[in-house]
Amino acid sequence: MKIPIIIDNKMVKVDRGTPVLLAARKADIFIPTLCYHELLEPYGACRLCIVEVVQNRQRRLVTSCNYPAEPGMEVFTDTDPVRKIRKVLVELLLARCSEVPVVQKLARRMGIETSELKKKETKECVLCGLCVRFCEEVVSVSAIGLSNRGIEREVTTPFKTASDTCIGCGSCSYICPTGCIEMVPDKTPGMREMHMGKLTLEPCTNHYQCENCSTDQQFLNNLKKEVTRFRDTFSRFRNQES
Amino acid sequence: MDKAAIDSIIEKYESKHENIIAILQDVQTLENYLPEETLRYIARKMELCLTRIFDITTFYKAFSLVPRGRHVIKVCCGTACHLGGSVSNIDQIKRTLRIKEGEPTEDRMFSFETVNCLGACALAPVVAVDDEYHEAVDAGKIEKILSTYEQEEDK
Repeated sequence: MKIPIIIDNKMVKVDRGTPVLLAARKADIFIPTLCYHELLEPYGACRLCIVEVVQNRQRRLVTSCNYPAEPGMEVFTDTDPVRKIRKVLVELLLARCSEVPVVQKLARRMGIETSELKKKETKECVLCGLCVRFCEEVVSVSAIGLSNRGIEREVTTPFKTASDTCIGCGSCSYICPTGCIEMVPDKTPGMREMHMGKLTLEPCTNHYQCENCSTDQQFLNNLKKEVTRFRDTFSRFRNQES
Repeated sequence: MDKAAIDSIIEKYESKHENIIAILQDVQTLENYLPEETLRYIARKMELCLTRIFDITTFYKAFSLVPRGRHVIKVCCGTACHLGGSVSNIDQIKRTLRIKEGEPTEDRMFSFETVNCLGACALAPVVAVDDEYHEAVDAGKIEKILSTYEQEEDK
């Protein structure tokens, strides 16, 4: 059943429970994101998609990527508190990785030239978790994960050694918005290396016998499922438009 | 690695993924730390990805992936303890046991770590050995405290 919600004084009709972010996109309202991807479950890690929601006469700040649309709610995407928080977030990102085009573009859009924060060392990873979630949800391998916490949090393989589950598909490298996972082409024919900073992921341990490898078969099945799911959502989305 | 003991712990929690923290805590009591081999075994046994287990064990400070001593000394470095002289206590422990922070002594008797607050500021400076709190510790008392544990073990 469709419910009407108001985003920036525009009325949008969406299914109950649709993330506010998608509703806003339908109404052509721009909300910046780093950790959101259509194929993956909302994660709410980058906090850039923050919006102000008025519900039951209560005003609060929520991440729009994982906040479900409910009847009678009103959303504001460009108020002072929202702008202030986004500005701080982008400044922090800019201090962490000033060389990354995605972050620079975001900063320009927010009108931030340089970050006033002192930087220790430039990193490329923004810890959006896209690579980790893609590896888990779509590829279904979970070769990489997040570890540690606070300033030490990073994407690694378990025990920081060569992974025995990585199939070298390159999804993490493809999906990474900052390009910090590098895929190195064949040094030895049929072998591929993934570089994450100092860490190297080694490829297949099953001598590329993909037809009788359980990992590959599971991967294919999951991929098929994901593609069907994506097609369904997409066609539903198109039907909504027309 | 004591496979039977680990199996019975996993069994106790019905091999449920949501109980992983409790399982890891119980498994840690076996050897006072979590060896890589054990974590790989748990991951296989519970059909849980190793990345998730590695994430949890590195996230919480209560888990240790490196060997610890049979007695873990925790030196409080909170404000009250710091002012009371916890820094000299740390130096004294390092000198007496000849170890660095986070590493065990050669006989695996002690290992020591610093913590931010033990919640007993009135007793500052506090040094906790296992679950036992020692109050108003100064550098002179360290050796005496440690020797009581050595004597206990000798008995």
